[in-house]
Amino acid sequence: MAIKEDEIEKIAELARIRISEGEIGQVTRRIAEILHMVDQLQAIDTHEVEPMANPLDANQRLRPDTVTEDNRRDSFQAIAPATENGLYLVPKVIE
Amino acid sequence: MYDKSVAELSQGLREGQFSSLEVTRSFLDRIAALDGNLNSFISVDEGAALRAAEDADRRLAAGDATALTGIPVAHKDIFCTEGLRTSCGSRMLDNFIPPYDATVIHRFKRAGAVMLGKTNMDEFAMGSSNETSYYGPARNPWDTQRVPGGSSGGSAAAVAGRLTPAATGTDTGGSIRQPAALCGITGLKPTYGRVSRLGMIAFASSLDQGGPMARSALDCALLLNTMAGHDPQDSTSSTVPAEDYSEGLDRPLDGLRIGLPSQYFNEGLDTATGERVRAALTELQSQGATLVEVSLPNSALSIPAYYIIAPAEASTNLSRFDGVRYGYRCQDPVDLQDLYSRTRAEGFGEEVKRRILVGTYALSAGYYDAYYKKAQQVRRLIKQDFMDCFEAVDVIAGPTTIGPAFALGAKIDNPIAMYLEDVYTLAVNLAGLPALSLPAGFVGGLPVGLQLIGRHFDESRLLHVAHRFQQATDWHLRAPDTIGSEAAR
Repeated sequence: MAIKEDEIEKIAELARIRISEGEIGQVTRRIAEILHMVDQLQAIDTHEVEPMANPLDANQRLRPDTVTEDNRRDSFQAIAPATENGLYLVPKVIE
Repeated sequence: MYDKSVAELSQGLREGQFSSLEVTRSFLDRIAALDGNLNSFISVDEGAALRAAEDADRRLAAGDATALTGIPVAHKDIFCTEGLRTSCGSRMLDNFIPPYDATVIHRFKRAGAVMLGKTNMDEFAMGSSNETSYYGPARNPWDTQRVPGGSSGGSAAAVAGRLTPAATGTDTGGSIRQPAALCGITGLKPTYGRVSRLGMIAFASSLDQGGPMARSALDCALLLNTMAGHDPQDSTSSTVPAEDYSEGLDRPLDGLRIGLPSQYFNEGLDTATGERVRAALTELQSQGATLVEVSLPNSALSIPAYYIIAPAEASTNLSRFDGVRYGYRCQDPVDLQDLYSRTRAEGFGEEVKRRILVGTYALSAGYYDAYYKKAQQVRRLIKQDFMDCFEAVDVIAGPTTIGPAFALGAKIDNPIAMYLEDVYTLAVNLAGLPALSLPAGFVGGLPVGLQLIGRHFDESRLLHVAHRFQQATDWHLRAPDTIGSEAAR
């Protein structure tokens, strides 16, 4: 079952990546090839095999819930595209 | 000067044969003369390098030096460097000046190493040829019409071209080992969690690992001594104590059992490359190692499993690049959706977007079990194959790549062909194992690599075997002799 252009458009919307009408055919073909390649996994018997998220089967360590970082807002915002009064600026969201 | 190893430079600096300022100048001069042709650096910070060299000379004079004090090192442009642009090979971060140092960078600075600059790489480390870089491909110093491999292609090309004695790289699916093999240098991907990932821009968080790239195993050991160790700021950093990796490298190989997986010597392997690898194994055998046939039956599944897991993790990690807090922002966005989707369309290159889309698809509702969960189950089968082999052998060996460096442009328009380039390296990342590539000889004037794979946290053994091989051979000492004349042309 090859992936269709409208499915790629939906995925691109979820991923917040604009794809132009000129590109969509090519992008769909390439992704269909990759999905076809990975589909060989479907033939493998993985019954009762536990999924492995970490190669050492390690869990995330916990640490005490205390402040460990200094407030560095100014240096972080110095590299932002647009800020004002300590806030990040984006286009108007609510009319 | 530029032909000396890290170990030789370290000794010479301590004995006062030359200063770090002289060493640093000689490499900066070489970069200025040759990198127009190699394109192995994205940024060179000459002023900071010379200041660091002066600081190192003061430390050396005061008797307060480490093995790396005064040694020039180049860092892959994926490691955040405070005050120095860190692009990750992407337009998205072309203007990004990090407000902090990665732990790896911090450790090199603390040791007194001199940072020459930041090396070229595939965009967000996604690629096997360095051709997805926003800054254009680095070139292979053995033949500048060929790729250096990727994603740490700039680091490999710079070390091979003697533009730096050593460099850092990162390896998510082969990105240290494959370029090391194609450029004729030694590169080590440590065990997952051995080297801190803090400040190393994330691609696939359960696979990414930083490591050293240099001319010899001894030099890699000296670098790993500085890089390895627990970092409380990286929650996946291992608490297993780091070792002195340069200790005991000279002891004999007697009793070593080396496993040769039949799947790594299959029909996909270039015949001449296979012959070089077998000759290298014969050398190890003559030093007392035993060669044993082994099998990694699920090895071929590493490609499909990797190309679900890595894109899935990438799609999540790269969601942070939204044009709001740092990095690229598109011109005149009409609304927030437009800001996000056009920033990401314009800021990311084709391969990165392709992987984000594949990953988003694999994680989307209704497909998660069929793709992501399935890939994670197969990942366990792949790891189990290695664990079974390590019952019978100490090290697994085979080729690093299917053949020597390919021509620029040969595979960039065929993603699947590019993915197959990493057929012998991907499984190691899925299993979290350490692996090393070292020069094993030449095919048609181009270097090929021998890959050694070890048990978790067995970096010492890989470095030991590689060092013993390099004591008996001189492949790692060969240098390309054409870049100078080509630059003058």
